[in-house]
Amino acid sequence: MTKPVSTPVNNLEKIRKSLGRRNRSERLFRWYGRLAIFIGLAAVTVLFTDIVSKGHGAFRIAYLQLDVEYNQDLIGVDNLSDPKQLILANWQAVPKQALREQFPDVSGRSDKRKLYGLVSNGAGFDLKDRLLANPLLLGTQEKVWILADDDIDTYYKSWLDGEPYAARLSDKQVKWIGELHDQGKIRLQFNSNLFTRGDSREPEQAGIRGAVMGSLFTLLLTLMLSFPIGVAAAIYLEEFAPKNRWTDFIEVNINNLAAVPSIIFGLLGLAIFINFFHVPRSVPIVGGLVLTLMTLPTIIITSRASIKSVPPSIREAALGMGASKYQMVLHHVLPLALPGMLTGAIIGMAQALGESAPLLMIGMIAFIVDIPGGFSDPATVLPVQIFLWADSPERAFIEKTSAAIMVLLSFLIVMNTSAVWLRKRLERRW
Amino acid sequence: MNAINSVTGAKADVKQNLEVADNQVTVGSCFTEAPKMTMRNVNVFYDDKQAIHDVSVDIAKHEVIAMIGPSGCGKSTFLRSLNRMNDTVESCRVEGEICMDGENLYAPKLDVVELRARVGMVFQKPNPFPKSIYDNVAYGPKIHGLADTRVDLDEIVENSLRKASLWEEVKERLHQSGTGLSGGQQQRLCIARAIAVSPEVILMDEPCSALDPIATAKIEELIEELSQNFTIAIVTHSMQQAARVSHRTAYFHLGRLIEVNPTEQVFTMPEHELTEAYITGRFG
Repeated sequence: MTKPVSTPVNNLEKIRKSLGRRNRSERLFRWYGRLAIFIGLAAVTVLFTDIVSKGHGAFRIAYLQLDVEYNQDLIGVDNLSDPKQLILANWQAVPKQALREQFPDVSGRSDKRKLYGLVSNGAGFDLKDRLLANPLLLGTQEKVWILADDDIDTYYKSWLDGEPYAARLSDKQVKWIGELHDQGKIRLQFNSNLFTRGDSREPEQAGIRGAVMGSLFTLLLTLMLSFPIGVAAAIYLEEFAPKNRWTDFIEVNINNLAAVPSIIFGLLGLAIFINFFHVPRSVPIVGGLVLTLMTLPTIIITSRASIKSVPPSIREAALGMGASKYQMVLHHVLPLALPGMLTGAIIGMAQALGESAPLLMIGMIAFIVDIPGGFSDPATVLPVQIFLWADSPERAFIEKTSAAIMVLLSFLIVMNTSAVWLRKRLERRW
Repeated sequence: MNAINSVTGAKADVKQNLEVADNQVTVGSCFTEAPKMTMRNVNVFYDDKQAIHDVSVDIAKHEVIAMIGPSGCGKSTFLRSLNRMNDTVESCRVEGEICMDGENLYAPKLDVVELRARVGMVFQKPNPFPKSIYDNVAYGPKIHGLADTRVDLDEIVENSLRKASLWEEVKERLHQSGTGLSGGQQQRLCIARAIAVSPEVILMDEPCSALDPIATAKIEELIEELSQNFTIAIVTHSMQQAARVSHRTAYFHLGRLIEVNPTEQVFTMPEHELTEAYITGRFG
């Protein structure tokens, strides 16, 4: 009798003693979890609130209502089908004259220049497009809503919000805007330019169409290259390759590639695709190739994981029926692994959509006004567009930047949601 | 103190009794006239570890041969080397000669796809494809190109399901998923799938170990019916099952084939003391 014997009564006491401690640590852990989730949600909420509060203004933009006259002599055009005349024509004269008529008292060069500054310097070209769409307007008069200059837009919005920002305007311009407002001749309209135009130095004319199309072409190429290559590599490594030192070596290196900073891929693309193969720079082809390099490891790793998760009993069943290995993969493993592969691919694509660093290296940061129409047109992409706008000094680009971020985020949300949806939908129950 | 010693002593006794001599020769009637499959001096290795030692036995045409033995005795490994399913295990190596109708299954020119069409297999856990019942059964005929028309295929599917005595239960829902069936039905579906390509031999690896007694009884009944047309090799850990369904029984022990005899004889008058020890439940 050196040690107390373990009896049922003794044990029960010990268990009861330990119960409090065990329950306490579980409660504590639950609170840690809740705290972590709360912090995460709070961060997301702050981020989204900030972006939306800054960016929502960009979806509306100020327009002025003016009486314009499409005067042939003023513009210098009498035949709208003559391209030479269209090039030489003085389109900006039309809004200028309309402004002079609106404010007949204004005189003097500097005052007039300030007056002309009320409308966007692209207003004349908007009127030209309007005239070309309806040639009968030539020589007539009409009331038209004309795009205001970005400083006017910024001031008018801030004035409506009760905190006027007039640092970039003269007192006279402020007074004119007040008069226009009293006459109901200035208002905020839906900013369709944001979605239909390419980039511009003038904030009121700048849009994200070019960047969206650039992203689209780049991602399309990335998907077309990285998904088949990635899935084929994953299937080969998982199902066909012998397990030896070489395949171990390859596996380790694929995992390493996934961790390589993306800017390195940009440098690699610059060295190989542009300098060696002489692919033109700034085009979606080279962007897609670089993003393919970056996305491949992600797709290979997720595809391998989803191939691994297919139960071995299915493989045995197929092989036992006399299916060849290829048939086993094609008929049974691939359909079961596909949801996981698609999810991986979409997440890889979302990653590629948000990537800017590697694209800076291959010239997709160029200022490009034209909307790209194909894989070989110079283009930029959404995140780079955000970077460019965030870097611009004009105040109106602040809200544009946030608006572009909202568009990018909504693309990402759509992609991630569709990944979840696809997985739920294609998943087979056992 | 005394009591403890005596217990370990008894264990040591049993252990001594169960050891097998390296020159162990299989007793009983290993060889038959006009065999379907012949195995001679088969050794199977996993890397350096030998799982099967020098097994020689015949399987007669249209017989049911049961392979019994304690866990880890190599009976499943041996069964899986009969249709080269062991090829999928990279570390596995088979030596010796395994022939079907005199043709060496491990000859380099033999295609495993053809072999597995001739030697079907039913696994321990029911593993229907996550497809419809119809597609499960039609899969084999489709990949081997056995049916020329849709009507032929329908007929093969119906016949196979009838032979697996599953037709009456599923004929109304052929296009529902095979994974929605009960465990016993799933296993019969797997049998139907295996016989749809009309194999010559069917290997069954503990086909009832995941099933309840009623489902087991149905499968056993089925095995008896199938033995009229097919040669069946079944691995089982249930001695009663071996006694009920098989014509001959092979007893494996630590990778060696100890005894092969007609089932009745094995369970009433086993020749070898290890067989006797096992079937009387002294270990297992």
